[in-house]
Amino acid sequence: MVKRFAIILITTFALISNSLAASDGDLILKKNEPSEIKDCFENLNRATFAFNQALDGVIFKPVASVYRKIPSPIRSGVSNSLDNLSNLVTIPNNILQGDFVMAGVNTGRFLINTTVGVLGIFDVAQALGISEYEKEDYGQSLAAAGVGPGCYIVLPVLGPSTTRDAIASTANFLGGDAWFNVTVKNDTQYFTDVNYYGTKATSGVDFRAKNFDSLENLKENSIDFYASVKSLYLQDRQQKIANTKKIINTQNDSDWEEIESN
Amino acid sequence: MKIRKIIFIFFLNFLILDTVKAIEPDIFVQSTVNRASKVLSENISKSDKIEELKKIAIETVDIKGIGFYTLGPIRKTLNDDQKDKYSKIFNEYFLKSFSSRLAEYTNPEIDVFDKQVLNENYTIVNSLLKGTNERPEVKIDWRIYTKNPDTPLIRDLIIEGLSLARTQKEEFSSILNTNNGDINSLFKSLEEFIKN
Repeated sequence: MVKRFAIILITTFALISNSLAASDGDLILKKNEPSEIKDCFENLNRATFAFNQALDGVIFKPVASVYRKIPSPIRSGVSNSLDNLSNLVTIPNNILQGDFVMAGVNTGRFLINTTVGVLGIFDVAQALGISEYEKEDYGQSLAAAGVGPGCYIVLPVLGPSTTRDAIASTANFLGGDAWFNVTVKNDTQYFTDVNYYGTKATSGVDFRAKNFDSLENLKENSIDFYASVKSLYLQDRQQKIANTKKIINTQNDSDWEEIESN
Repeated sequence: MKIRKIIFIFFLNFLILDTVKAIEPDIFVQSTVNRASKVLSENISKSDKIEELKKIAIETVDIKGIGFYTLGPIRKTLNDDQKDKYSKIFNEYFLKSFSSRLAEYTNPEIDVFDKQVLNENYTIVNSLLKGTNERPEVKIDWRIYTKNPDTPLIRDLIIEGLSLARTQKEEFSSILNTNNGDINSLFKSLEEFIKN
């Protein structure tokens, strides 16, 4: 298993090292421009989106609404703990993207928060002034290597994605996620499958609860909710891939410039 | 002596007037936010709040400009009647959508902390919506149209890096694409939203 992952890691790293030379920030931004990403399976995507909406109404929304009633410090602790676990995917991706400094920083963050921060419940690293945590995943690493997003897709239960990101996420189940390895893949006496799927389900509920009002508001005020969610997801993804806090829209605002009014 | 005094007063007035006329985008945003917060914290009905928020939006948002931006490239193919009809419908749509989105908040606290001048027409103003028990802190950037410095106007809200104008543009584009670019289909969708 470890051998297989090592091969994937080295192959991907070699691929990235080669293509990084040819790619630059602007090209990556352009490739991931939301309006350029095709909705090749729109009918199927809309059907899956409707299914996910129904599922949300029956499961995630009611659970998130109860979860929101839990005192804020407890919710913060859960959220911190989930973020801490996600370092196990972020760190290998920092390395794949050639960002060794950030890999070191995130390793330090993970060690401090897991130990002093009691399994990540307290974000001690942030209190110590370590830079803000940015999640990375295998889709972002492929994008940073210059791989285009492919088509926009909506996955059952998991929600919006692109073909590149969906394929890349399988790396998590091939040894690329240490948390998956110690809970599901390998028989350890400390963890079981329930721990892995439990954290994934809690992540979903935590996300839904954090965005509860925004999503309800968006749904109520959209004339095409599917298109709004797609746009917001792809804008967010583009920003994460570019690793920038800049407003991407201002990098390509020629469309505004033509508009004269009032 | 008298002439010198008149000239001095004339230039002084001119200077003062010039300073008063130009409104700094960050001050404009903070004062707009303060006005909206005041309305939202008032002990009045939701429908009254919506009406007050609409008044603020009419004064401070470039609704016509946003409307044409969100329409995308198809705006170049519309005739004058279609443009007029679109502007009228969009204005109603925007005010309903904008005010009902905002009316859900009670006493939001927004602090303006920075600005970047992009060019003579645009400045981005950075602000933070303070977190509560219900939601985390939210970063909001404002695209301010400054072509007329004495009357700056809001053209976009960028929430945690996600542009509302751009989202709306892609939403409209989706409706147009699924209806072979027929502008009437967009008119119909907007009118249905306004009625509901």
